[in-house]
Amino acid sequence: MQRYDAIVIGAGHNGLTNAAYLAKSGLRVLLLEKNPYVGGAAVSRELHPGWTYSNCSYVCSLLRPEIYRDLELARHGLQVIGYEGGITFMRNGDYFGNYSDAERHHREMSRHSRRDADAYERYASDVMRQTRLIRPFLMRTPADPTSLKRRDVMELIYMLRKYWGLGEHALYDTLRFWTMSIGEFLDEYFESAVIKAHFAGGGIIGTGLGVYSPGTAYVLLHHYMGEVDGSIGAWGFARGGMGAITRAMAGALRSYGGEIRTDAEARQILVKNGRVQGVALANGDEFHADVVVSNLDPKRTFLKIMDEKDLPPDVVRRARNFKIRGSSGKLNIALDGMPTFTAVPERHPLLVADLHFIDSLERMERAYDDWKYGRWSRDPYLDMLIPTQVDPTMAPPGKHMMTVFVQYCPAKLAGGDWTPADRDAFARTCVDQISEYSPNFKDLILHMEVRTPLELENEVGLTEGNIFQGELTMDQLLFNRPFPGYAQYRGPVTGMYMCGSGTHPGGGVMAAPGANAAREILMDLRRPPIVPGDTSDD
Amino acid sequence: MIMPLRDRRLLETPLHTRLAAACETQQWYAWKGFAAVQCFTTVLQEYFAIRNSAGLFDLFPMTKYRIQGRDSRAYLNRLVTRDLSALKPGRVSYCVWCNDAGQVLDDGTVFCLGEEDWRLCSQERHLDWLLWSAQGFDVRIHEETTELAGLAIQGPTSCRILRNAGAAGLEQLPPFQHAAFTCAGVSMLISRTGFTGDLGYEIWFDPARALAVWDGLLEAGNNHGLRPIGSQALDIARIEAGFIQAGVDFMPAEQVVRPDRARSPFELGLGRFVDFRKPGFNGRRALQAEQQRGSRHRLLLLDVEGSHPARDAFIYNRARQVVGTVTSATWSPSAKANIAIASVRTPWGRDNDGLWAEVYYRRELQWEKVRACCRVVKGPFFDPPRKKATPALDF
Repeated sequence: MQRYDAIVIGAGHNGLTNAAYLAKSGLRVLLLEKNPYVGGAAVSRELHPGWTYSNCSYVCSLLRPEIYRDLELARHGLQVIGYEGGITFMRNGDYFGNYSDAERHHREMSRHSRRDADAYERYASDVMRQTRLIRPFLMRTPADPTSLKRRDVMELIYMLRKYWGLGEHALYDTLRFWTMSIGEFLDEYFESAVIKAHFAGGGIIGTGLGVYSPGTAYVLLHHYMGEVDGSIGAWGFARGGMGAITRAMAGALRSYGGEIRTDAEARQILVKNGRVQGVALANGDEFHADVVVSNLDPKRTFLKIMDEKDLPPDVVRRARNFKIRGSSGKLNIALDGMPTFTAVPERHPLLVADLHFIDSLERMERAYDDWKYGRWSRDPYLDMLIPTQVDPTMAPPGKHMMTVFVQYCPAKLAGGDWTPADRDAFARTCVDQISEYSPNFKDLILHMEVRTPLELENEVGLTEGNIFQGELTMDQLLFNRPFPGYAQYRGPVTGMYMCGSGTHPGGGVMAAPGANAAREILMDLRRPPIVPGDTSDD
Repeated sequence: MIMPLRDRRLLETPLHTRLAAACETQQWYAWKGFAAVQCFTTVLQEYFAIRNSAGLFDLFPMTKYRIQGRDSRAYLNRLVTRDLSALKPGRVSYCVWCNDAGQVLDDGTVFCLGEEDWRLCSQERHLDWLLWSAQGFDVRIHEETTELAGLAIQGPTSCRILRNAGAAGLEQLPPFQHAAFTCAGVSMLISRTGFTGDLGYEIWFDPARALAVWDGLLEAGNNHGLRPIGSQALDIARIEAGFIQAGVDFMPAEQVVRPDRARSPFELGLGRFVDFRKPGFNGRRALQAEQQRGSRHRLLLLDVEGSHPARDAFIYNRARQVVGTVTSATWSPSAKANIAIASVRTPWGRDNDGLWAEVYYRRELQWEKVRACCRVVKGPFFDPPRKKATPALDF
């Protein structure tokens, strides 16, 4: 039996960040990971010789720059390279290209609707206003609105001040924005079907909702509030794949003296007299500490690795009711060369970016309809990238790696559980869609990793394979994430904490939950505050 | 498959070959997605062409809308703050238009081409706003930016040059009037308008004839000091004229993200273009309320002590509080003064109440800082009689 100051369960980006800060503060920290490798859903793995996949998450924007800088991730090998825009291929053979250069963007939108091109300014400033409201809260612990503690009251005042500072019209808009569907929101600005479809993607990715489901406008914001090198809303590639992020974090953690154990699956958080004692592993080993932090999602944390007898029934009930639905799948493909696309010339600058093949909100809604009834979308929304156009480290020269995010894909099929035949059919659906627009694509495939929610759950440990560790809907955000009364990273047992994406501010490779949780833990231990707060200086 | 032209970073105006041939400095900038020239040879030579002879400036990228139909006058009159109910065909009116909160979306010129035929020229693009505002009006709105070429020919000899090129009787055209002429062998619309506050014209014609017009004008202006001018020379002239520019001196309200960044016409010194006598126009209620309550900001034309342009300077009051910022600044070679346009918080700048600018400048790599007193100037810094004289003075 070994004793630590703190044990963190789950070496995803939030567990690593959390452990890194605790170790940086001087605590003796152990990070446990069930897999033989660290990274959680931010991993790079070579499953086909010579090709590296970003197996789960695939692009980076949300990673908080405060953490990137403070944990010296650059020194530990991380390089994030921004890219611009994307393409939505259309059924009629045309396409819509989304440029970051304002004038090309306007020109391309004008091709589809002159009016929409001009309306974009209003859209962009309205979305940016909401983004500016939410961003300062990412690196802050949500206030408990029922608490009269000085800190909570001050936080609430801060929040109201930010809200009030938007100006009177923005006040109206904010409430609408947070409750609207992305479809309705876009309908207020644009007339072109393909333009709406292109912008709507951010509202549904990873979410068990359709483009016309209330609450999806906020999900768009979640994909828009990140940044790359100060460019808000921009996305980038981590050189070497998303595993480069967690590798750098692991490097930081080790440099602070933290210890990582892989192949170490936590079986149970040990509790005695309302206090945590440590963690028991599946192999029978036990590690003891006064602080235990779970980076697992709320369902796994409270229903799998804690004894329900140790928990208030209310927490058990809320954990059972927590919405964490599998709605997406993933293909990772090794390619023998660069696919060509009928609609655009070779080396088109936007081929580096996100590629989509759904050109109307109606098709997106139908894709959702399939999911609702337990089927994968027959006509899915794909978010596809070929990062090897930029990254020379992930495939041999002239060869390429393709990452295909698939929305929607259910955790359980209407006819029963996933079978290997189902998985093949699911992959075929996606490959066929891409082939409609890229005639040589199929012939280039050398190897393909297919991941349904089942694989995501079994390998990564995300319940139902939900990429956000819980839906990003208003009932599960801010002081209600994961549950009312437990949004400040403290669990229902003394010494037990949560640091995963199931806590505020939610999913994506952001690392803010891990850092925020570390701030609370260090506060409880009366140690100096070393976790950076919000430092955005716009 | 070759990369479609539209996917290129910058497009070329119909005059590009001529601009490129004349642009000795290779200093270009992007103007609404088109390659435009900052400076052809030297800024001061181009500037003095505007003030001493004439300068030629490519207006092709300027946003232009055609508004036609039975209700076009009523529509535009509801859109802008100025009263257009009596504007006659052949007239041009400088206007601003606001959102419902009375904040300026843009400024520009409205051409009355006929009772049911109008043109709106502006810096920014507004098709979405124009179409929303058209609900209930019998109008057709068409963006004609790339269907109509424009050249500004500005300066004392501009009238002479256009007449040499064939625009007979042009001298009789008063300011803010337009008429059809044949010039350089091309039929065109000529308006006595411009962005320099000088005698000058803007000419509008079929882009297919652009090269003929350019060549014809330069030939006609050969003995009258006509030369192509870039944006930098034009910018000095427009600041001297006291003209504000969208995206420079104010933020178009639709692009504003932060509160308190948009401005009303009153706050931009454009109160004289707000006509409350007309019953309904966009932003009327908000502007009326503002008139009663008082504005929060004021636009100032400043004569700044010393000779260092006060670009981006903070403006302080006597108590050393920051009360505003400079939005445009230049040394004025015609007024021989150091001039600036600034936006300050009220009540500052009502009269000469001791405002000063903190001006940074660099000498031999070293930054210096001066505290420069600012004198509030009423009216343009440079305002020659030839600007308004009709018939146009011959030079």
